[in-house]
Amino acid sequence: MNLIDLVEEKQIKEDVGSFNVGDAVKVHVVIREGGKERIQVFRGDVISKKGSGPSATFTVRKMSFGIGVERIFPLHSKMIKNIETVRKGKVRRAKLYYLRKLRGKAARIKEAR
Amino acid sequence: MIEGLIGKKIGMTQQFDEQGNAIPVTIIQVGPCTVIQTRTEGRDGYSALQLGFVEEKSKRKPNKAMEGHFQKSGIPPTKVLREFQYETKEEVKEGDQFFVDIFQVGDKVDVVGTSKGKGFAGVIKRWGFHGGKSTHGSMFHRSPGSIGCSADPSHVLKGTKLPGQMGDERVTVKNLLIIETDKEHNLLVVKGAVPGAKGGYLLIKKTNFQAKSTGKEKKE
Repeated sequence: MNLIDLVEEKQIKEDVGSFNVGDAVKVHVVIREGGKERIQVFRGDVISKKGSGPSATFTVRKMSFGIGVERIFPLHSKMIKNIETVRKGKVRRAKLYYLRKLRGKAARIKEAR
Repeated sequence: MIEGLIGKKIGMTQQFDEQGNAIPVTIIQVGPCTVIQTRTEGRDGYSALQLGFVEEKSKRKPNKAMEGHFQKSGIPPTKVLREFQYETKEEVKEGDQFFVDIFQVGDKVDVVGTSKGKGFAGVIKRWGFHGGKSTHGSMFHRSPGSIGCSADPSHVLKGTKLPGQMGDERVTVKNLLIIETDKEHNLLVVKGAVPGAKGGYLLIKKTNFQAKSTGKEKKE
């Protein structure tokens, strides 16, 4: 076995990565403020998944009061407690960067059935 | 205790620390290292151990002198042999082995390696000179410019930064934090980068680096 894999596999969470690009997700992120911990939920559409191994990341985009907000999360980060899939999307591309140029009804993603 | 061991660079990856930050780490295969010869105060004037880095493949074509040298330790001739300082508190024989467990998680180490060779490089790549303008009639591009004065001193000062061989030299990186040790697979994981390409040989030493004096301590 590859020696790098031996070290990397300890970092990798097994229960993540069941969502796909185009899905609407709720990401439960741990926030540390002055020694206290709380969980914040970031809800949006997954527009890209990148990388492999412990360095894999995914990008979630949402519209917040008319302004597009994107957050890039490390997939195997300890700060992510849970990734909930709210809705399965039907898309034809691996990266949905075209959504950045679209507004309102045009920026919707079809639901997979 | 032995101050260091011989290792081999395996590669880099990233890990998450307690705070959830992603930190870059290097994986090094360390040891097992077998004692090939002992140096003693009485015979050699200093006390040290000569270690051989035991790998799957031993030296391809050892000569008879090498075979004789390795006979006492009972292992086939290794590709790498290095000496490390050793204070003779406990008796060590030829053939004894040292493993990665001489290092503890949270300790700091210095890593010595041979940097990647860049060939004959100009001053911009080698020394970070800024160079001249590419266009607008500039006739000065990547040259070093003036390299000294005239009749006095009438020679180029030694140590002047000029083009030449870059890389492929011995480099020491100090104070790398140990993140993980794995005795089963002889692996050491340190924070940050180490010199050289994957598969390059390294010396891993316990650090003797001390934080710089702040000037506030009392002088003795």
